[in-house]
Amino acid sequence: MPSALDATTNAQLRRPNLPLITLPWLACALLGLAMLMLGRFLGSYQETLMQQVGIFAIAAVSLNIVNGLAGQFSMGHAGFMAVGAYVAAATTYYGSLLHFNTAELQPGLFNFGHVLMLIGLLAGALVAAALGYLVGLPSLRLRGDYLAIVTLGFGEIVRVLLQQTSPQVNGKDPAEIAAFTDAPLRTLARIPLNGALGFEGVPAYATNLWIWTFVGITCLAAYRIKESSSGRAFLSIREDEIAARAMGINLTKYKVRAFVLAAFFAGIAGGLLAHAGVTTSPIDAGFQRSFEIIIVVVLGGLGSISGAVLAAIVFVLLPQVLHPIKDYRLVIFALLLISMMLLRPKGLFGVREIWNILPRRAAHTKPGATP
Amino acid sequence: MPLLKVENLSVRYGSIRAVTDISFSIEQGEILTLIGANGAGKTTTLRAVSGMLKPTGSVHFNGHNITGTRPDILLRQGLVHCPEGRGIFSNMTVLENLELGTFTRHDNEQIHHDMQSMFTLFPRIKERLKQNAGTLSGGEQQMLAIARALLARPKLLLLDEPSLGLAPQLVQTIFKIIREINEQGVTILLVEQNAHMALQVAHHAVVLETGSIAMTGPASELAKSDAVRKAYLGC
Repeated sequence: MPSALDATTNAQLRRPNLPLITLPWLACALLGLAMLMLGRFLGSYQETLMQQVGIFAIAAVSLNIVNGLAGQFSMGHAGFMAVGAYVAAATTYYGSLLHFNTAELQPGLFNFGHVLMLIGLLAGALVAAALGYLVGLPSLRLRGDYLAIVTLGFGEIVRVLLQQTSPQVNGKDPAEIAAFTDAPLRTLARIPLNGALGFEGVPAYATNLWIWTFVGITCLAAYRIKESSSGRAFLSIREDEIAARAMGINLTKYKVRAFVLAAFFAGIAGGLLAHAGVTTSPIDAGFQRSFEIIIVVVLGGLGSISGAVLAAIVFVLLPQVLHPIKDYRLVIFALLLISMMLLRPKGLFGVREIWNILPRRAAHTKPGATP
Repeated sequence: MPLLKVENLSVRYGSIRAVTDISFSIEQGEILTLIGANGAGKTTTLRAVSGMLKPTGSVHFNGHNITGTRPDILLRQGLVHCPEGRGIFSNMTVLENLELGTFTRHDNEQIHHDMQSMFTLFPRIKERLKQNAGTLSGGEQQMLAIARALLARPKLLLLDEPSLGLAPQLVQTIFKIIREINEQGVTILLVEQNAHMALQVAHHAVVLETGSIAMTGPASELAKSDAVRKAYLGC
């Protein structure tokens, strides 16, 4: 008798095998590869859209760690993104000027330009993570709206500071390049990030292959975090802080950890954006961008990684699909968001993942199919 | 040496004194209950002991001064707080709730063994492992909260109003379980409004009135005392 009892409980206690853990990662990398192959068939318009989707996906998945899993409402995510973007942009731009004597895109699948981009991404992510630590500290004393205001303020501070930076070295003017390469440190000390005009001319190394590889890495990391003991701690803090403390969870440590991890991947998203052929401007740190990322996270379901990716796709592509109806598209877009919140207030997937929902649906319909 | 020794403990919320200068101690293996009316300072005392509030005075646990030590450190030393209002994670499954009770432990074999013994102690919980904890009844939630606290392997368990909002029959069950846990060697500090039940199960009792100690002594004697009977037992 006791052994039979044990067998059933054992089966229930056993952790499910990490489901299809490499699948999202593989899917993203394959998508990127496919786009590289199909690049010539896809127009540059579609390519740009896919880049935007990927970057939004990384931003949303990273915000999801702090907003979704740990339940700490951060409204300054774009600030972390912008920090990552500027650090990465400056690394590649000025690195290229030093190494190639020009900021032009270097041909080839992988060259020193790509190395510069990777160094820049890492540096940007680390700086963003360090700022995440600083912003995370007040989260111990602030809750809900108050924390939201602090993080909102952080984004605005980043934006204003970036506007005060000095003009960048003109990469098309040989005299300026020569002046820069003679005394790079003296020039860099001026923080030449081009102020309110925005940092221009960063070589666009971040193709869809790179971006979607990073989407895969980010999703895999986020998934591992969610399933780790840290992830459990985050979720429990979101549910009930007092109970979490009573269970031996160090609130300080885990709240700050959530902010640091989220900021790190936001820095990566920003760095990729800076290498996607667009001008990186201080506006990117502003609250409008932060709100967009929050919308994507809420749409996908607070805590759901695959939900965030899917919502990023919807969020970027929907306005494009609605393009033919011109000015009304934003109205329709807003209406869709409102009805979404009414029909599925927990977002597309709630806290679950797409692969947790699909088998459940299948299991639900089975008994109905055989009456 | 008592397992827990509280001396001249005071807690204030801003300028309001919630608890003033209280002292008591618990011997290894006994149940001590803090009883008193609403606002007497029972929960505040408990939170001060478990490090959720910063008190003045001193708290010694197992011979160490733990005054104001963070709850996550105290839990590792064997002082576990089962908070008021159950404090279960209602959007997580019952199993996930239980697993959070083992958050600070890494002895997987022993955890597995302890889980099994929780299922023996609370058979209802076992039937509901995959269910969201929020869908449990009040009594089941309380049992889950106690089971989760026990999985942290307490030497001293702080129980805050385990009978709150439960049907009389369930209150009986919960108190029976509290006695069982105690018999298995866990020392218990029990905060209760249900003085009648608390005095039946406890060895010693402390009666709190507006933040200070009104009476203290063996539970059986207090249960007979006229003052306690009038004020808390209604007879």
